[in-house]
Amino acid sequence: MSKLMLGNEAVARGLYEAGVSVVSSYPGTPSTEITEFASKYPSDKLYCEWAPNEKVACETAIGASIAGARSFCAMKHVGLNVAADPLFTASYTGVNGGMVIAVADDPGMHSSQNEQDSRHYAIGAKVPCLEPSDSQECKDFTLTAYDISEKFDTPVILRLTTRVSHSQSAVSEDEPISYSLKPYEKNIAKYVMTPANAIKKHAAVEQRTDALTEYAESCALNAVEKHGSKIGVITSGVCYQYSKEALGDKVNYLKLGMVNPLPVELIKSFAAECETVYVIEELDDVIETHCRKLGINVVGKEKFTRLGEYFQSSIKKVILGETDSFKEFPESVPVRPPVLCAGCPHRGVFYILKKLGVTVSGDIGCYTLGSAAPLSSIDTTVCMGASVSGLHGFNKGRRGEYEGKAVAVIGDSTFIHSGVTGLINIAYNRSNSTVIILDNSITGMTGHQNNPANGKNIYGDPAAAVDLEALARAVGINSVRVTDPNDLAATEAAIREELAKDEPSVIIARRPCALLKTVKHAPPFKINADKCKNCRACMKIGCPALCWGEKHVTVDPTLCVGCGLCKQLCKFGAIEE
Amino acid sequence: MVRSIMIVGVGGQGTLLASRILGSVLQSSGLQVKVSEVHGMSQRGGSVVTYIKYGDEVYSPVIEKGQADIIVSFELLEAARWLSYLKEGGELITNTQKISPMPVITGAAAYPENIEDKIRAAGVKLTAVDALSAAEKAGSVKAVNVVLMGVLSRLHDGFSQEQWEKAVEECVPPKAAEINRKAFELGRELV
Ligand SMILES: Cc1ncc(C[n+]2csc(CCOP(=O)(O)OP(=O)(O)O)c2C)c(N)n1
Ligand code: SF4
Ligand code: SF4
Repeated sequence: MSKLMLGNEAVARGLYEAGVSVVSSYPGTPSTEITEFASKYPSDKLYCEWAPNEKVACETAIGASIAGARSFCAMKHVGLNVAADPLFTASYTGVNGGMVIAVADDPGMHSSQNEQDSRHYAIGAKVPCLEPSDSQECKDFTLTAYDISEKFDTPVILRLTTRVSHSQSAVSEDEPISYSLKPYEKNIAKYVMTPANAIKKHAAVEQRTDALTEYAESCALNAVEKHGSKIGVITSGVCYQYSKEALGDKVNYLKLGMVNPLPVELIKSFAAECETVYVIEELDDVIETHCRKLGINVVGKEKFTRLGEYFQSSIKKVILGETDSFKEFPESVPVRPPVLCAGCPHRGVFYILKKLGVTVSGDIGCYTLGSAAPLSSIDTTVCMGASVSGLHGFNKGRRGEYEGKAVAVIGDSTFIHSGVTGLINIAYNRSNSTVIILDNSITGMTGHQNNPANGKNIYGDPAAAVDLEALARAVGINSVRVTDPNDLAATEAAIREELAKDEPSVIIARRPCALLKTVKHAPPFKINADKCKNCRACMKIGCPALCWGEKHVTVDPTLCVGCGLCKQLCKFGAIEE
Repeated sequence: MVRSIMIVGVGGQGTLLASRILGSVLQSSGLQVKVSEVHGMSQRGGSVVTYIKYGDEVYSPVIEKGQADIIVSFELLEAARWLSYLKEGGELITNTQKISPMPVITGAAAYPENIEDKIRAAGVKLTAVDALSAAEKAGSVKAVNVVLMGVLSRLHDGFSQEQWEKAVEECVPPKAAEINRKAFELGRELV
């Protein structure tokens, strides 16, 4: 019986069927659901956890693999930047139990801060990389990845993209294999990467790449599909699906399920039978460059972009010169960007920061939306953790001129992920920086995962909770205080006072995310039409539940959660409970 | 033959659940189905879209401009936004509910007027329903998604009412089963 599954769910099914017993991940769109689905299998078989960050997750998987278990970690593309350090050396140590890292790229940046291509990591770390094109392949390739990992003694990267992770298609379910833990034997030459050991291992890695290239020539992951055409298409992942939809049987295909290392003879012989060969790959020209190195003249990025996603129409247009016709709505339609939810606890802090006109070193999470109009409070967003370390650098760079006029904002999950190291730097190398931890007791942006600061593990069971106040003090911050961000007056006072101090400080703005099931909402507020002067002071907080009216502002009762923030801004008492 | 349906709306309106229901109906009919969803950032009150394609053999999970047979819109402005995705002769079903996007809330843009008329004037077959009132009547404003699946089930032949009802039951949380059963029925009565 087959079942409709997201690509991510199918990877989780693959983990279960492959006998994987340790999963450690950090959430990140579009990879998150792999671990969420994996955690639905019995934990005595398939143990899962949310790690504080991707480096910890990857190292946990390495440890489990050395111990003899099949292990796994999942992350989004930028997560692999964080986990790159362990990956590059795990490539040298190799594995004991099989180890797979799923990394989900986000062409088109549906939910990301950049558009990097993870295949470069596979090349750089010299590890094999498989790329499925639909949900069934997500499961099958996961199983194959464990076989490759153990056969070739290497971690394997399973590269996904948004459309593969977040599309559902049919998957057949099979019984899990019975995998027994491999024995652990101390092996210093294999697992202790001193220079003397590692230099030998590097030679082994190069040999392994040769063996993997050999494997790539004839493995079932790479398939030729001939339709007697003079045109050939070399492609992989979801681009294969786009190509098939656009071109059907009008061209020959070489579908590469293994994108590192790439085969040599297979590509040469495929190309030799075609007059024109197109390489269709999203993002960077990885396959194209490989072909050119082999002396094969292919058509690639001169016709296809490096930006965003490809779909069937762009392929049809380039290769067949065909386009679809369509009707347009006769007027311009206002954009609908994402916004902080009605009742979001982050809103109050951004309102005050804007009011005070301070420079805001931002970070990544729901609260990045504090950069959008009308709050427009955030000055910078780079990567997770960069708010705290970046503020320190900003203050050092301006020789203290902005101390007292600049803050960092960072979510609870992001603070644990990589903000605390920056805070240590603020205390240790002393800048009078003020860091605001937006503690909404959850990892909100990625769909509400528990984290080390909220006292619950992935299964929702009670767990140790990081005491953020104590942690800030422990690293050397003496001025630490907590405020309720929905109390605008108190939050403003806290920020003003901490900025005025001649020392580094931490403010914890604490209130749970409005979408949490445990949060009880008040009934929607109402506008008293007689009292509303339509001054629109309340509209400055950018709540999606407040709308322009003809004569007065209105509250959308389907959206308002009665948080009371707007009421604090109305001088006329027109907003009523 | 491949048929293409889009479900569009505003993040938080429950479009994902609707696409699960539709996917489940199609899958139970033995067709090949692909459903492409958007998660993450865009769900925070942003414009959201789900693509559902089915037929003998489906390759791309994505629908582009001029390729959809049916669009079900959960909000009026979104119907206008995604109109260009309909193919010639395609059908649009929309909820008449209006949710102002942030540029309208801040006064930077205006919510277009008479959207329904303009869509009809473009020569598109349009069915407009008040799914919000029906959902309220069923017991929860959150059931707009299931109301609209009720509407779709009437306009989209090929699947039995039982198949639909079973899919709704499978996809909604058990404690909301009764409200959603009612919402589906009220949706069917809207057309
Ligand atoms: C290195 C890296 N890993 C993961 C992500 C995905 N991601 C973006 S924000 C975020 C966490 C947000 O949680 P939190 O800091 O608690 O803020 P909230 O969204 O709850 O406001 C994650 C995991 C990322 N952008 N970069
Ligand atoms: S999910 Fe929670 S934290 Fe994120 S915007 Fe909504 S209320 Fe705010
Ligand atoms: S009380 Fe005001 S600010 Fe809070 S959700 Fe309702 S309308 Fe928005």
